Amino acid sequence: MKIIRLIAAALTLTVTVSAYPQKSAADGIAEYRKMLEDGNPAELFEAKGEDIWKTSRGPKKATLQKCDLGLGPGAVKGAWVQMPRWFADTGRVQDLESRLLTCMETLQGFNAAEIANTGFDKGEQATLAALSAWISSESKGQKMALPQGHAEERRFYELGKRAFFFRGGPMDFSCASCHGEEGKRIRLQDLPNLTKNPGNGIGFAAWPAYRVSSGEMWSMQRRLNDCYRQQRFPYPGFASDLTVALGVYMGVNAMGAESIAPALKR
Amino acid sequence: MADPMRIRAQMAGDKATVRVLMNHEMETGLRKDAAGKVIPAWFIQEVTAQLNGKPVLSAQWGMSVSKNPFLQFSIKGAKAGDKVAVNWKDNKGDTRTDEATVS
Repeated sequence: MKIIRLIAAALTLTVTVSAYPQKSAADGIAEYRKMLEDGNPAELFEAKGEDIWKTSRGPKKATLQKCDLGLGPGAVKGAWVQMPRWFADTGRVQDLESRLLTCMETLQGFNAAEIANTGFDKGEQATLAALSAWISSESKGQKMALPQGHAEERRFYELGKRAFFFRGGPMDFSCASCHGEEGKRIRLQDLPNLTKNPGNGIGFAAWPAYRVSSGEMWSMQRRLNDCYRQQRFPYPGFASDLTVALGVYMGVNAMGAESIAPALKR
Repeated sequence: MADPMRIRAQMAGDKATVRVLMNHEMETGLRKDAAGKVIPAWFIQEVTAQLNGKPVLSAQWGMSVSKNPFLQFSIKGAKAGDKVAVNWKDNKGDTRTDEATVS
């Protein structure tokens, strides 16, 4: 009798285990994202951004349709996956937000420095968020292909690498503390290793993104700003060389990864 | 005026699946701003949907619905080419209607 009972107990155990397979936290989050994918509110910002691009605005009452994002004036498709890049007219390596500031200043007559100092989601910063949502959506599914032909682009990669590993602040953190090796996480969030290609739609290839918890559209600039906040560093300047260099570093590392931007984040 | 909704309506078997994204702040009225002042409530109260002008859905919403809400429902007996209209009205009396064609 005892043996039979033991076998029965063992059987029950096996059945229980196979009926409820272990699900990792990452699976749960992936499932949650899948459920929300169909209704990504980033689409609302895409629509807004496309509208803004074609609307005459600013002191010069001009549209952004002549803005050169690297592929020629007005070319938007595929531009996002090739940024940041070198621009001959400004003589700088620029990311999307930095380039949009240039266009808004030269074409529309806005004051770029003033916009850069505006808080996120306020005034023209909201415009930038919507524009970045639309412009990145025009490269959805394409592979990251940042140019590295110009010497300045290669210098920015090295600068970005230095910034990525630079430790400081009250907690002696660097970007690499969280994003420098495999298998790290904060709470239940898996952290991508950004020193190499983390894969399709992960890390650099997943921003801009809509954050469900705060209901906000975040550009890469805002994401970097938040990284520095979490490290308790002073905030980096909006569209500053430091943030662009980090963009080059992460973007070049992610070369070949498929962009899913604008993505959806918890 | 409020920003437009995104409406997609697609046939799936004999039903049309309708997906709606609405542009709305959906303030609960319970949050406070940086100065400690209560942010006044501002949310969608009524949602209705029509198929070719005939009501097919009517809902009452409250402050617990998220910002920029997403709504999905299916309509029996819809055909490709039918018009689906969705309307919302918020507690400030603001309203917005958008339309999509079933594909």
